Amino acid sequence: MTGRFDLPEPDAFTRTYWEAAAEGRLLIRRCRACGRTHHYPREFCPHCWSEDAVWEPASGRATLYTWSVVHRNDLPPFTDRTPYVAAVVDLAEGPRMMTEVVGTGSAGELSAGAELEVAFREGIPVFRVVPGAPGG
Amino acid sequence: MVARRKVAVVGVALSDCGRVDDATPYALHAQAARRALADSGLDRSLVDGFASAGLGTLAPVEVAEYLGLRPTWVDSTSVGGATWEVMAAHAADAIAAGHARVVLLAYGSTARADVRAGRRTGTLSFGTRGPLQFEVPYGHTLIAKYAMAARRHMIEYGTTIEQLAEVAVQARANAALNPEAMFRTPVTVDEVLVGPMIADPFTKLHCCVRSDGGAAVLLAAEEYVRDCRTSPVWVLGSGEHVSHAAMSEWPDFTVSPAAVSGRLAFERAGVRPDEMDFAEIYDAFTYMTLVTLEDLGFCGKGEGGAFAEKGRLRVEGGELPVNTDGGGLSAQHPGMRGLFLLVEAVRQLRGEGGERQVRRRGDGSLPRLGVASGTGGWFCSSGTVVLGV
Ligand SMILES: [Zn+2]
Repeated sequence: MTGRFDLPEPDAFTRTYWEAAAEGRLLIRRCRACGRTHHYPREFCPHCWSEDAVWEPASGRATLYTWSVVHRNDLPPFTDRTPYVAAVVDLAEGPRMMTEVVGTGSAGELSAGAELEVAFREGIPVFRVVPGAPGG
Repeated sequence: MVARRKVAVVGVALSDCGRVDDATPYALHAQAARRALADSGLDRSLVDGFASAGLGTLAPVEVAEYLGLRPTWVDSTSVGGATWEVMAAHAADAIAAGHARVVLLAYGSTARADVRAGRRTGTLSFGTRGPLQFEVPYGHTLIAKYAMAARRHMIEYGTTIEQLAEVAVQARANAALNPEAMFRTPVTVDEVLVGPMIADPFTKLHCCVRSDGGAAVLLAAEEYVRDCRTSPVWVLGSGEHVSHAAMSEWPDFTVSPAAVSGRLAFERAGVRPDEMDFAEIYDAFTYMTLVTLEDLGFCGKGEGGAFAEKGRLRVEGGELPVNTDGGGLSAQHPGMRGLFLLVEAVRQLRGEGGERQVRRRGDGSLPRLGVASGTGGWFCSSGTVVLGV
């Protein structure tokens, strides 16, 4: 297999998200009708179907819900990236997010509820453990 | 309201399974279909309904044509491994309503041969557009998704990796009794734990085999049952549920969609989980068996680890034999295993289990009630079917 299997394919709507990420900002969506947030972003609010949903900067803070250290993935470039930490995190604003936790040597350093902060790798939001935070 | 007809499974079969290097998926569909029809003893002309998924751009049209069928009822529900339990439920509803007489469900895959021949990668790429653009950068493999769910269960309920390994050990013990199983040599908990790490905490033997193979199931209205050479296995109740596609949309990684489909199936069948003589549970990974046992109501939430201990899932001496053929962990897993669950459940209820035949505790008689619960994707979907004789 050749090529890369880790590149997102932005569209007219999500371009805002990826352009912000390229500048080091994580965006979420908030509904002005029901007040609730969501991620991954949709044009409308998936909770109440209002079309009055807007982009909002996220704090970049999250807690670790669960993770797995991936040792096998034969799709490039992941083959060269293994082992890496696939993770699901809960953003401080509420929504859950699929991501990667970077900068950790092994899963032994991670624990549920660990405090994380967003980081960016080639315009992709990833997370790292907040230095000195409990559970980190 | 018109009285609904009763519906029975009257024919089941597997195609050649395990390692099949020289057949197309079409050929495996056809082989399983012909064997299931022969098993039933019904005439082919009675088959007026056809359901299949996973092969063809216009599924199930291509496979129907390959089989020479021109059905007046079709379904190609495609919800991953649970497809076949959901499809069987839809077929039973159609037959009960009088929209079909006899429905054929057929499946076939050369997943193992395809990887060996370089026709596909081991890790599947599902695309990069739409919602997938928000997960594709992160390399959440199928196995990693299940591993993350298992870890959350371990965090919340103290479930141990040894308890999860017990599921693999017992599946292998059941497979040892099944001549059609791909792997039959017994394994120990220690052997499961020291295997190569795939996505932690899952080592290799926490994950299903990758096999080739197909299966077929024939469902018929009650008035055709007397024309069959087999004894009928009745569809007593079913339930289906869809949860999520992105892992970030799954509210609780310790509750599978079988919690909903199972409750619906048992309610509609008018039976309780503790009345089941055995359970066939979709087990692409050890955690699926453990959490689905909880969600079907065989034990309480968080108790799956303890329930899986002490050989409880074994055909030989187990309180609740689970995955009596060896499951996806040891017997067969060509990709969407759900149809194999129905085949094995029917064989058990007919008393055709051979060495692996389940006997009722107490009087040693043949089983009367069994449940097949399929799970699709990464806990995305679930279909549960209660069967009885
Ligand atoms: Zn809203």
